[in-house]
Formats: sequence, structure tokens, C-alpha cells
Amino acid sequence: MTALAPDRRQFLLAGVGVLLAASPAKARDSIVRVTIENLAFTPAEIEVKVGDTIEWVNKDPFAHTATVKGGWEVMIPPGATATRKVQASDGVEYYCRFHPNMTGRIVIRR
Amino acid sequence: MKMYKVIAASAVLVLGAATGAFAQDKPTDPQIAHIAYTAGAIDIAAAKLALSKSTNKAVTDFARSMVGDHQAVNDQALALVHKLGVTPEDNPTSQALTKAAEAKRAELATLKGAAFDKAYVDNEVAFHKQVDQALETLLIPSAQNPELKGLLETGLKLFQGHEQHAEHVAAALK
Repeated sequence: MTALAPDRRQFLLAGVGVLLAASPAKARDSIVRVTIENLAFTPAEIEVKVGDTIEWVNKDPFAHTATVKGGWEVMIPPGATATRKVQASDGVEYYCRFHPNMTGRIVIRR
Repeated sequence: MKMYKVIAASAVLVLGAATGAFAQDKPTDPQIAHIAYTAGAIDIAAAKLALSKSTNKAVTDFARSMVGDHQAVNDQALALVHKLGVTPEDNPTSQALTKAAEAKRAELATLKGAAFDKAYVDNEVAFHKQVDQALETLLIPSAQNPELKGLLETGLKLFQGHEQHAEHVAAALK
């Protein structure tokens, strides 16, 4: 049985190698879409990674914003799409400055 | 404040009639369409006045948003009544709204600078509050056509958003 140990270790190490090789692909930046329709962000809560792109698609005939109080703001004109590249500090709640009853939340996945 | 008493009185009269013995006195769809359109047009006119008078960015941003939003929703309303073959019908509520708005507009026209900004934004808070209440308690429950009801419901969310936006601007002016 003891003779098998190095093999097993090698196997495990190989496994770690596969995981390491696979992880950059898994961490590839993706686009996370939020649709705006009838004065609501859908989904209201999104989970993203740093480096991902959030894409707001405005299907309303009204101009909206994604605004963080005391922070950044993305303008989203009627019928248009606007984006933001997710940064480490983007685990926030946001709202539409023009219609503050519209709210959304960004959760950063570690 | 006087104008709101007039609007409130008119809304109460219509509501009173609707909840009383004469349920058929509830506003009809053509009247509801007229009231909603009139409220939008009033707010666009007030916003245009603000854009011609104010230099405060928060106020002009708000006013530009009012022009864009109310124009968009009124365009939707016109497209809908056209599609439904409905002719919006003038009525005492629309007339009371228009009359009160004319008086307010004359009052605002005499003001300048910070005094204008404050009076305009305070009026926007009160106006949207008034319209929201009418939509919730009278216009949406009275609407018969589901598409009209749907548009009014979107209108309510929009107006509630405007009310909050106006409140934020009012707080920033203080």
C-alpha cells in the first residue's frame, strides 16, 4: 500500500495542476446583463466578479441611471445599453437618480 | 397651496360621486386618458419654464427629465387611444388641473434665482404627490381597458419616481 502513496501524490498533484490550468478559463471575464423595463432593474440583484462587465439594457422610453450614492454613475439613455467594468469596490446598492424608486444591488463574488 | 386645494376638492368631488350612489359617475376611460395626458402636459410646461429660468444644475437636470419622461408617456398614451379608437374627453378634473396650473405658472413667472428654484421644486413635489394619489385611488381603479390600466400603472411608478427625485432636489436646495 505504501508503494502506492507516491503515485497517489502524483495523481493529486496532477489534479491540482489541471485545476490551476482550468482556473484562468473559469475566471474569464463575463458580461452580466440587467434589463430595465417598466421602471425596474431585472434582476434587481446580480453577482459578479471583478473584471466582469455589467450591461444595462434600457427597454423603457425614459432615460435612467445606475447611481451609487457618493460614488459612480452610469447614464442609460432610452432604448440604449450602457456598461461598467466591475471594480473591487463595486459591492454596492445603486438606484436611478431620475426615479429613485428603482433600486438594484451588486454583489461581488470572491 | 391654493391650487392643490382646488385639485384636491375636484378629486374629492369625483371620488365622492364614484363611491356614492352614482357609481356610473366614475371617470370613463376617455376622461381618464384626458386627465392623465393633461397632468403630463402641465408638468412639461412647468419644466420648460424652469429650463428657461433656472441655472441650477440639479433643477435643470430634473426639469429635462420631466420633459423627456412626460413626453414619452404622453406619446404612449396618444398611441394607445389611437389604437383603441378612443377620443380623450375633457372633464371637470382636467379643467381644474389646468386652471390651477395656469395660476401656479403665473406665480412662478414672477420669481427669480433661488426663490424660483425652491418654488418650482416644492410645487413639483406637491403636484406629483397629488397626481399619484389620484392615480392610486381613482384613475387606476376606474380604468376599464386593461391596456389603459397598464399604462396608468407604469405612469404611477414613473410619477412616484419623479416625486422622490423632486424631494431629493428639494433637500439639496436647502
